[in-house]
Amino acid sequence: MTSDNDVRAAVAAGVVGSGDAYRELLAAIVEVARSIFGAKASSILLLDEDTEELVFEAVVGEGEGDLLGMRFPAGHGIAGWVLATRTPLVIEDVRSDPRFATDVAEGTGYVPSGLMAAPLLHEERALGVLEVLDRPEQSAFSLAEMDLLGLFANQAAIAVDLLLRARQAERLLDGRDDELASVARLASIVAELQDERREAGIRLLGELADTLGGKR
Amino acid sequence: MTTHAAEEARKPLQAWSLPKDAVGNIALPSRWPEQVTREWAWGGATGKGIRVCILDSGIDGAHPLVGELESAVTVSLDEDENIVVEEDTEGDLAGHGTACAGIVRALAPECSIASIRVLGKGFTGSGTVLLAGLRYAVEQGFHVINMSLSTTKKPFAAALHDLADNAYFQRSVLVASAHNMPVESYPWRFSSVISVGSHEEEDPFTFFYNPSPPVEFFGRGVRVRAAWIGGKSVTASGNSFATPHVAAICALILSKHPELTPFQVKNVLYLTASNVGGAE
Repeated sequence: MTSDNDVRAAVAAGVVGSGDAYRELLAAIVEVARSIFGAKASSILLLDEDTEELVFEAVVGEGEGDLLGMRFPAGHGIAGWVLATRTPLVIEDVRSDPRFATDVAEGTGYVPSGLMAAPLLHEERALGVLEVLDRPEQSAFSLAEMDLLGLFANQAAIAVDLLLRARQAERLLDGRDDELASVARLASIVAELQDERREAGIRLLGELADTLGGKR
Repeated sequence: MTTHAAEEARKPLQAWSLPKDAVGNIALPSRWPEQVTREWAWGGATGKGIRVCILDSGIDGAHPLVGELESAVTVSLDEDENIVVEEDTEGDLAGHGTACAGIVRALAPECSIASIRVLGKGFTGSGTVLLAGLRYAVEQGFHVINMSLSTTKKPFAAALHDLADNAYFQRSVLVASAHNMPVESYPWRFSSVISVGSHEEEDPFTFFYNPSPPVEFFGRGVRVRAAWIGGKSVTASGNSFATPHVAAICALILSKHPELTPFQVKNVLYLTASNVGGAE
């Protein structure tokens, strides 16, 4: 193996499976956001730049089962406005207008009576939108909550950026070298092993490398 | 050299100076009182004669809280990336523009409101469309331009800066939302713009001057009852709702004192702010 390939294998080992980990991170962020605001639901929508659609990437609470992976045009609705203007927005007391939050309503029949939405901004790009649906009606919204929403959105934007990088790296690796992807999978499996099994795995890989490539 | 060019060449160059015998040419049409008060600034004003433009998601002109629109256009890019400005037949695609228009109408009931929709048809060119929309608004000579949106894209900053300055020099007051999140965005950061953040008070005419810019004023932006699409109303929060409050107050000031420049309007806002002397 050349040193260049060593680097690629190491990169691949880091990339394979990391998309799942970042997706779990997004799920954890919406779970905490929902809990902190005492809301009925929370979700993260990502912009698919190729199709100009917003895709539900993480959902917790109402609509959880139906919305994940669902898409809708990014040019409409409140999420679309927040994405395009890169500006957070809080709307309450909507009182059952199905045209409101059509993204959620069309997918589930669940029509929220209020939502908070903030853009996921990373450097100069708007990557998606964080939504928190139906906060408790008795708690009046304040600017402190807007700040908190912004903090969550910043955290989510970092996770989304990592997820997008991981996906891009996975695509690159898949496209460039299937064999390398196999090596990466192997490295990833060994990295997950514990104690003796991990030691045995590393020893086995070392012997495999010696057998295939000769001692260096 | 063509005849026209020859004529141009004979004209004296515009010198940015003031000879002694020309001082009379720049006499101000009115003197301000020793203490500028809200009564002097906009007492009895309704916004009549003032054209306010809402650069946003469109406006539902059939909404009873908005009333008749002066005009409604949509700005978009065609397949060859050319700017297209056409009559807007779709109205508001999100609700936000209608909310802003309703806030302006409530405070300045007799002003004229026009809609320029820069949102809704795809997002890849949104910075370009925003720029084109603002350019169109400046060209149309609106007295007040309400922009509850901004862009984080640095390549657009210089062009937006030029446009904001053009608006300022041709007497269009550009009122823009400050960002709710700690990010660099434009055009609200430019000093030729009146930038607005939110406060939590309930009075729509309460606004504060901020002695620590870049945000210069705080308007009512929390739990605002506002018009929404479908003839509905919602309770809305965000700097984007504080902005039309201040835009409407600018419209009132200009309807009573149409001679004021954007610099002077900003001065009047300062002097009548709730944390400055003239608020009584």
